[in-house]
Amino acid sequence: MKLNTPTSPHIHADISIRKMMSRVLIALVPAVITYTWFFGWGLLINMGIGIATALVCEFLMLKARKRPVHQFITDGSVLVTAALLAFCIPPLAPWWLMVIGVSFSVIVAKHLYGGLGYNPFNPAMVGYVMLLISFPKDMTVWLPPFILSELNFSFLDTLSAIFMGAFPLGFTLDALTAVTFLDLIKTQLNIDVTVAETKNTHAIFGDFGGIGWEWIGNWIFLGGVWLIYKKVISWHIPVAVLGSMFTIALIFYLKDPDHYASPMFHVFSGAAMLGAFFIATDPVSAATTTMGRVIYGIGIGILTYVIRVWGGYPDGIAFAVLLMNLAAPTIDYYTQPRVYGHKRNEP
Amino acid sequence: MITAIVALAILAVIFGLALGYAAVRFKVEGDPLVEKIDAILPQTQCGQCTYPGCRPYAEAIAKGEADINQCPPGGETTIIALADLLGRDPKPLNPEHGEEKAKRVAVIDEQVCIGCTLCIQACPVDAILGAAKQMHTVIEDECTGCDLCLPPCPVDCIDMVEIKSTTDTWTWDFPGNLPENLASLANRVNPAASNDDKTSSPLEETSSKKTGTEA
Amino acid sequence: MMRRLFNFSGGVRLREHKRESTVSPVTRAQIPEKIILPLHQHIGTPARPVVNVGDRVLKGQIIAKAGNNVSAPIHASTSGTITAIEDCAIPHPSGLPAPCIIIETDGRDEAVSHYGQSRDYHSLTAEQLRDEIKQAGIVGLGGAGFPSYLKLENKDHKITTLILNGVECEPYITCDQMLMRNHAIDIVNGLKIMQQALEIDHCIIAIENNKPKELELMQEAIYEAEADHIELVQVPTVYPAGGEKQLIQMLTGKEVPSQGLPMDIGIVCHNVGTAYAVTRAIEHNEPLISRYITVAGSVAKAKVLEVLIGTPVSHLIEECGGNRKTLSRVIMGGPMMGFALHDDEVPVVKTTNCILVNSVISDVPLPSRSNAAMPCIRCGACAEACPANLLPQQLYWYARAKDFDKVQDYNLFDCIECGCCDYVCPSQIPLVQYYRYAKSTIWQQEKEKVLSDISRQRHEFHNLRIEREKKEREQRHKQKRKAVAKTSSQDDKKAAIQAAMERVRKKRDQEHVQPKNIDDLTEQQRKLIEEVEARRKNKLEDL
Repeated sequence: MKLNTPTSPHIHADISIRKMMSRVLIALVPAVITYTWFFGWGLLINMGIGIATALVCEFLMLKARKRPVHQFITDGSVLVTAALLAFCIPPLAPWWLMVIGVSFSVIVAKHLYGGLGYNPFNPAMVGYVMLLISFPKDMTVWLPPFILSELNFSFLDTLSAIFMGAFPLGFTLDALTAVTFLDLIKTQLNIDVTVAETKNTHAIFGDFGGIGWEWIGNWIFLGGVWLIYKKVISWHIPVAVLGSMFTIALIFYLKDPDHYASPMFHVFSGAAMLGAFFIATDPVSAATTTMGRVIYGIGIGILTYVIRVWGGYPDGIAFAVLLMNLAAPTIDYYTQPRVYGHKRNEP
Repeated sequence: MITAIVALAILAVIFGLALGYAAVRFKVEGDPLVEKIDAILPQTQCGQCTYPGCRPYAEAIAKGEADINQCPPGGETTIIALADLLGRDPKPLNPEHGEEKAKRVAVIDEQVCIGCTLCIQACPVDAILGAAKQMHTVIEDECTGCDLCLPPCPVDCIDMVEIKSTTDTWTWDFPGNLPENLASLANRVNPAASNDDKTSSPLEETSSKKTGTEA
Repeated sequence: MMRRLFNFSGGVRLREHKRESTVSPVTRAQIPEKIILPLHQHIGTPARPVVNVGDRVLKGQIIAKAGNNVSAPIHASTSGTITAIEDCAIPHPSGLPAPCIIIETDGRDEAVSHYGQSRDYHSLTAEQLRDEIKQAGIVGLGGAGFPSYLKLENKDHKITTLILNGVECEPYITCDQMLMRNHAIDIVNGLKIMQQALEIDHCIIAIENNKPKELELMQEAIYEAEADHIELVQVPTVYPAGGEKQLIQMLTGKEVPSQGLPMDIGIVCHNVGTAYAVTRAIEHNEPLISRYITVAGSVAKAKVLEVLIGTPVSHLIEECGGNRKTLSRVIMGGPMMGFALHDDEVPVVKTTNCILVNSVISDVPLPSRSNAAMPCIRCGACAEACPANLLPQQLYWYARAKDFDKVQDYNLFDCIECGCCDYVCPSQIPLVQYYRYAKSTIWQQEKEKVLSDISRQRHEFHNLRIEREKKEREQRHKQKRKAVAKTSSQDDKKAAIQAAMERVRKKRDQEHVQPKNIDDLTEQQRKLIEEVEARRKNKLEDL
């Protein structure tokens, strides 16, 4: 009687890539709801565009590379890329921005390097950076919170704004937008207005960061903690990123509180939270050893702060992540754990 | 202008001296490359690589005259090991030189052998026992499976027989390169189980004959 | 009892599935129709048969003696007649056959004389104890099968601690648990015998904390045996706490050096089953012929049986109410480290601890790999789970690339193949398969290297010999030429040439060398000789 002879182990944990990706998306839901509350329907529409583009590109690339389509298209990894990219793009950005960004991420940053598991760089960040450098104006037209709800922008209005650039009531995009909190701090510091003065004169300051953004940061934080609890990501990278960012911000803040924003502001503004829990933790492009992850996270935290304060861009998470992606293999090589039965430093 | 030339010349001399000193002081003594390459080759001495033996092939590789993918008995593992040693990329076995086959040994059919000693002279490792007009036989343990004794035999009495694997020599199969291939592992039936076509080769007969008394 | 425990890195928590097979008491499996005893049930050289086909053997009779060096003898598990000594299917992942002794049982279960006879062992020396244990065929019953007598020698008194492993961390396996439940006293006595053989004082018995009943029974047994020096320790229920290296680390904080043995750090580890077998052998003169085995899975009644070694697995499946016609998979061992059998007729061997059965109807308890494997996403879950602190991801990449040097740089041979990395991999990659492939290929390559070194030597000698013969021939010709040149006159030269031609002619007439051994030839032999001669003449003419 012919018996099946698969190899041991014969049992497996109840985990798969699809499960992991679904959990990441679930963890983003509270943040998405909050974002929509503050900034309108734009995010959801962009996500829709992103997901559709991502699936189409993935399908085409899998076919072109002669890989099994069903197995890979249902693993959910492109959905996470699209969702994260949607967070990084202004809510009323034209539709083609998302399409170009997601296609670049999926086709170039993911598939041309070998597909799932082979990309050395975080695909969402590659897409974002490409968009930022190629379309700087479209990428920096952020909205202030509540403005859309004040103007009674409906869902259909948002759709027409994104797809046709047609804004109702004669508004143009320029009239609607305002600086983001980080941008504001940067420009104000450049003209020698202290942080405290900026805080007092500008309404977009909330308790920690910009109004709206700090709440999104909260929810992302909670979503990230849930992911750690569910063992989708490990705590090392988020703690290292936020911890190092907090520490270096604290050092400079204590030295000169007028010219350096407080660590809490840094940690809750921009994409710091998103980066720490969702972007830097992308398993494929991050370091893999435990110590390596800590070093990787510290690198991202410090680089982000440096770029924010002294660099040319208001937010440095994307560049910091990409730079540390470059360093990840070397970090892994030098942080191998000591194997059982071997002495430390033994080959 | 003159000062620039003089300064650069002096710098060149200094660096040249430093490099020369380093070349002598930090020289790494190691095996010559040919020895290292020869240690990787399987020593079948079959000549399929177009060189008369493994040593000449090793020398050719070291000189750069031969490529690393010319050895069928060594197969993929030898190519990868050579690539690792020489810092090159591994490449597939060159089909012009043959294909990777399972390890075989030569067996002389004693009924047909005429005792002409031509195979003895052909064997590169002296694995054939015999003398003129006496019975010839291959010493199984020493035979490398190089096939060089087959052409000279005038009565064609030599067969190449595959060595059957036992539980001692069996190795696990390679699980596969692409993720897609691994789907079949879920309900794989091991091909070794279907042993229906038993050929009656002399090698198999020896293993199943077991007497109760001790040797 | 309150020993401070250390942690080992990694490990996974598994569903235990122990209850199913421990609710009913242990029973003796029925004597099967035939007993198949492979000659190689242990680590080392195979045993050598000392019986012939047709002999009648009794239960406990030695039928194969230990081979050279590291080996163990084999005893008949029950009375019967030897029907064959030949290659037969054995439990091995390859499905290849190996030499076995096959006994057709007569059902009488007649034992050799003095079988079961009690005796006092306290007067025996350590050397004698070891010899008795060797003669009883006792090997490590935890699964490794290393001949136990070799692990009871205390050279230079380097060994200070004896650990008895009753942890049994793999799901489904309950044979050690039931052994402790039923024979706690015998196990403790076995420990004392081992202690005497090792001439040491300190012993530890380790049990997982999911076995409170057995813990109590063992504690009572220790009190009864007045063995205060035996420490009973509970360890947490984590897989693979029962692995020797991990257990030693948990109990003592020390690590077994890589490629070394626990003996190197003064520790020796034996299984509780081995201790029980030692008691039966030394105190009751019973060689190793049976053991507890768990049968579980898609069977009507999962339980632990006391099984005669050599019983076919099919017999056990039927006894537990399994349907042989609907079998899809039969595992020998546990779900993490057991291997699938190719044939359910293979016998149970000394190291078998569990039979797990899967039917075609349901995938419980052993699901097939749910999806095809995905690419590695470098999540690092494997490294977190590895109890040896390796980087399974790197081992996977290099084993897949067949880069056997690099894979050894990452300490492939420190892998204990526990399967934790495989278990947690979200991409469902069969990681352990790659490591097993790499290990067996590397070992095979090392064996081939030895052979190829010999071939190289032979080839070099072959070349040397040819050179030497060539030189000798040249010497001879030179001398001959000199000798011929010495004769000055033409006539002398002519005479020399004539003489040479005479010699050649004579030789050609005598061409037929007289063959030996040609008296009393049969017709067939004469014909064969004629045929060979004819062929030779033809070929020599062709040449």
